[in-house]
Amino acid sequence: MKLTKAFMATTALTVAGTVVMAAGHMADQMTIVSWGGAYSASQQAAYHDPYMANTGVTIINDESSSEAVAKLRAMSEAGNITWDLVDVEAADAIRLCDEGLAMEIDADEVLAPGDDGSTATDDFGDMLVNDCFIPQIVFSTTFGYRTDMVPEGVAPPSGACDVFDQETYPGKRALNRNPVANMEWALLCDGVAYEDVYDLLETDEGQAQAFAKLDTIKDDTVWWTSAAEGVQLLADGEVFMGSTYNGRLFSAIVEQNQPIGMAWDWQMFDLDGWVIPDGLSDERLARVLDYVRFATDTQRLADQAKYISYGPARQSSAPLVSTHATLGIDMAPHMPTDPANAENTFVNNYTWWADYRDDLDAKFQSWLAQ
Amino acid sequence: MSEVMLAADGRPLKASLNRALRRQKLRALMLIAPLLIFIMLTFIIPIGQMLFRSVENQIVGDTIPRTVAALADWDAEAEPVPGEDVFSAFAKDMMVAVELKQHTRLGSRLNYEASGLSSLFRKSGRRVDDMGEGYADQFAAVDPAWADPATWVTLMAAPRWVERQAAWDGEGAEPKFILSASITDDLPQTASIYADFARVTQSEDEESPTEETPWNVVYLALFEDLTANPDVQIAGPVGDLVAATVPQLAAFTQEDIRAAFVAADDGWEETRVWKTIQTYSAPYTDGYFLNAIDLQKTPDGVAWQPENEQIYITLFLRTMMMSVLITVSCILLGYPVAWLLANLPARKANMLMILVLLPFWTSLLVRTSAWKVLLQQQGVINDTLVWFGLVADDNRLALINNATGTIIAMTHILLPFMILPLYSVLKTIPPSYLRAAKSLGATNWTAFWRVYFPQSVPGIGAGSILVFIIAIGYYITPEIVGGTKGVFISNRIAYHISTSLNWGLAAALGAILLAMVLLLYWAYDRIVGIDNVKLGG
Amino acid sequence: MSQSANNTAFVEFERVQKSYDGETLVVKDLNLSMPKGEFLTMLGPSGSGKTTCLMMLAGFETATHGQIRLGGTSINDIPPHKRGIGMVFQNYALFPHMTVAENLSFPLEVRKMGKAEREQKVMRALGMVQMQDFAGRRPAQLSGGQQQRIALSRALVFEPELVLMDEPLGALDKQLRETLQFEITNLAHQLGITVVYVTHDQTEALTMSDRVAVFNDGRIQQLAPPDELYEKPQNSFVAQFIGENNTLEGVVQEISADACIVRLDSGDIIDALPVNVSKVGDRTKVSIRPERVEYDKSRLRPGAHTLKAEVLEFIYMGDIFRTRLRVAGTDDFIIKTRNAPDQVRLTPGTQIEIGWLEKDCRALEA
Repeated sequence: MKLTKAFMATTALTVAGTVVMAAGHMADQMTIVSWGGAYSASQQAAYHDPYMANTGVTIINDESSSEAVAKLRAMSEAGNITWDLVDVEAADAIRLCDEGLAMEIDADEVLAPGDDGSTATDDFGDMLVNDCFIPQIVFSTTFGYRTDMVPEGVAPPSGACDVFDQETYPGKRALNRNPVANMEWALLCDGVAYEDVYDLLETDEGQAQAFAKLDTIKDDTVWWTSAAEGVQLLADGEVFMGSTYNGRLFSAIVEQNQPIGMAWDWQMFDLDGWVIPDGLSDERLARVLDYVRFATDTQRLADQAKYISYGPARQSSAPLVSTHATLGIDMAPHMPTDPANAENTFVNNYTWWADYRDDLDAKFQSWLAQ
Repeated sequence: MSEVMLAADGRPLKASLNRALRRQKLRALMLIAPLLIFIMLTFIIPIGQMLFRSVENQIVGDTIPRTVAALADWDAEAEPVPGEDVFSAFAKDMMVAVELKQHTRLGSRLNYEASGLSSLFRKSGRRVDDMGEGYADQFAAVDPAWADPATWVTLMAAPRWVERQAAWDGEGAEPKFILSASITDDLPQTASIYADFARVTQSEDEESPTEETPWNVVYLALFEDLTANPDVQIAGPVGDLVAATVPQLAAFTQEDIRAAFVAADDGWEETRVWKTIQTYSAPYTDGYFLNAIDLQKTPDGVAWQPENEQIYITLFLRTMMMSVLITVSCILLGYPVAWLLANLPARKANMLMILVLLPFWTSLLVRTSAWKVLLQQQGVINDTLVWFGLVADDNRLALINNATGTIIAMTHILLPFMILPLYSVLKTIPPSYLRAAKSLGATNWTAFWRVYFPQSVPGIGAGSILVFIIAIGYYITPEIVGGTKGVFISNRIAYHISTSLNWGLAAALGAILLAMVLLLYWAYDRIVGIDNVKLGG
Repeated sequence: MSQSANNTAFVEFERVQKSYDGETLVVKDLNLSMPKGEFLTMLGPSGSGKTTCLMMLAGFETATHGQIRLGGTSINDIPPHKRGIGMVFQNYALFPHMTVAENLSFPLEVRKMGKAEREQKVMRALGMVQMQDFAGRRPAQLSGGQQQRIALSRALVFEPELVLMDEPLGALDKQLRETLQFEITNLAHQLGITVVYVTHDQTEALTMSDRVAVFNDGRIQQLAPPDELYEKPQNSFVAQFIGENNTLEGVVQEISADACIVRLDSGDIIDALPVNVSKVGDRTKVSIRPERVEYDKSRLRPGAHTLKAEVLEFIYMGDIFRTRLRVAGTDDFIIKTRNAPDQVRLTPGTQIEIGWLEKDCRALEA
């Protein structure tokens, strides 16, 4: 047993080594982990910069969110947590919370009340998917397509199901290299009603049906692992249409003027937010909590929407969402929640995925490799 | 000659010599010690750990020890689903695991072996704190003292802990709970689970057992202990409480723990689930290695994985095949360059050498990304081909996100590893051999093939070993340009390390890869001879 | 076997020039003609162009200008492997991955010879150098001398008419070199092959060759049989390069067809044979071999000029005595005398007079 622990600890040290090296902890310093790219930039502008100006605390950015679960586990085994705050999707937050790698918090105690007087619990509502998760934004995984590659005389694609329509829209596709959303789209576009999708996906038959649907486009699909890659494939004209996060598409279309259009139908809403690693020292915890309280208040969450088209997780922030910080355009029509964009939508069923992710990941990766 | 040779001072000559040599050796050892330590820490120990992790399976026994013990003599033939005792033990284990947040890890671990177990553990984890609630209520109904934490402390704690706890002033941590010696004999199950309760309450919740009512499963255990041993004699007023409670037990409504689990998820009625737990309860397992070659342990022994989940053998073979292809293309492209390098006048050779080394000065990611720009369908190469009319615009070549992309990019990246050793060997072959061969009547080709080439084989060998071994473990480039058909086994290892967190399987795959490399090395030694590998003069 | 026996030229260089960089000539206007069966040595300091000439003949270098002919036909455009010339290299160039027998068999194989015939020829060639027992060995298992024997037999095994040797004995010690010198000349004469031999060792050149071509500065300075080269050097380079030599400088004072009088820079007057001087007043270097200097007046022509000399050093060398004198202002005038029973040993400090027969003292160009 002792041997095991020692082995585990050193292995974890090896894995976490680089992180440990990179983030020496000094008095007024805090390492915040996020996704990089346009998203980190929006957080920097909306949260980090004002907070650093107010308090003098230095915030170090680490762009490891895509590997957050693995790295946190490694750090926990090594007994050396070098991160102070980690930006993760709701599903990962559930995983981290279940494994005790993220700290449970009392939302009303830790988070500021809404500026309309509502308690934090009421203001965030359903977004508080478990005891660890500190919601920030609602985003969606949806489709973009090349406006210049739409075949003549055909209406441009409108949503997820057009990705399976090889006859109308020939060409390559780009999809995320993991089962979430892809499995749902496969069934939805194969005629399954939304209410039945998750029940069906629990069965072997349902999984087979979804894979069979995905098989029809497998050879024409480029699988991306980072959101930036998905957008780049569209920007290069490497694919005709592809899924990615709506904020990334927004910045490609509006900020960079790429010939890309949005196909919103059956977009998948998802939540992104923070978790605090379990096991921080009291001093570090106090610093993080102070930051979290600042960064999740009504105004700050609304501010982030000036830089990227993601909806704030607080209801009280919604009325404050205004125009783009530099372009001055109205952000509302670019939000995934705008009624014009939200005819058919679904919400990432994190609790279901928390239970079935291990299973389907293994099957999905095997399917890909075959 | 049997006489021992003596040195001038009368000691045996051998001993004197050894002493003199030992100091030399010691000094040599000191010189290499920093490197040795560095290699131990960064190479040998991690590899040892990797090998260890690939067989390590203590998580099952550590997380659900009672269940493992109870399952030991369960026979699936006779009894498709284990009996109530197993479920009862499992409820207690799960309660502890849920509090320590270890059940999801165990679920993930067992899910590698049988799909569905992860969700089973997660779902049941949310229900387990209700199990035994009926007993808690009924004990409290017999006497409200049963719901009082103080009763339990008196019953369970060692007197010295009670003293220490009483003396504790609330500063710092509460003294660690100590179980009374006698209670383990009197109420074994209850004592064991209560000890867990006290430990978890103190460490996880930072509360005191003196103020917390025990978990429901503690009452379940108490019911079981008292039913099994109604004549138990316990001293003091608590003993009287116990004695008074025992006669009431017969009237208790018994709780069906198994039904409670099945209500959480009917997977608990499946034989395969319990069989998996039983099969993997040993602290060490070959399961990861079996998985790594598309096999699995089933109740009926080792069997193939379902066909749609067999990928590792394919990936191993693909890794080998593509590494061979990459090595061969490196030889074909690198040999002429090495030849030129070795035969050009020094100044031109230096220029060329800089060109060869140039890739080393560019970041690997930059290079690989550059290949992406070049090779993609709207990329430079396809554009050029279309412009020349060699390829139709609507039928552009797929050069990336497949095996072709991986081979092209990796050949480029690994080319210097072929050219450099080859060059250093070619440089040592005097031009007079070729001249001699030609003067003896050989054509240019014969002279090259019969005389020059055989002498360059050590260089090819060294370059090939380098390129092949680097290629076989390569990860970044296939990940970026390989799509799904051009990825290597190392990409799977990385996936299991960072995404699926199945470190055991990653370790097993890594160990197999290591064994393959060693095997090839051995084969190479047998066939070509390792002394025939030259990295230079 | 001498050149007079066969008048048709077998190997011929005609106005051959060679330049590597387009600026300087390594070989300047080379003319050479060799009859069949001759053993010719190219001798010269390094960088004199001798090896380049050999390489042009072998075909590894192309002549920048001029014709090279073999047996009457130009071989300028024939690749080396079709020239049928055997070659022995300084570093032996035995193929290390082949056994001795395989090395010898190689030229026969590329000539598509049958196995039985090959084996027979290989063994015969090995027999010529007494190396039959080493057929199965690898070159690395042989000593330097053995390797050179194998290299020699490999160059001969396909029975070429012309064999080139590029300083083949350069890496061997003196004893072995002498044995092999003897063996090589013997073999060459036995087989009647024509040999072009390159060396910078003059003893080797003199002992082995029918004729020696002395190279310097890209030109043949003198092409002659060894004795003529030694006795009658054509110019001061050859005189100095071949054997030991005393040189004195001066001006021609009187000259006739077969004798001249030279006034040395020290003012002394001597007799000499005009070789490269034509008229009174020409500056000249006179050259005289140490063993042709006499100090016994009775052996000189009456009335011959003599020089005063002081003995500086006497060295006993076994078969000869070597004496250093101060003569006409130089301190390094050497004379050699045979260690004969009646020979006087000169003691340092003795004043003597020296002289010579005028035919032994050659007045060359300054």
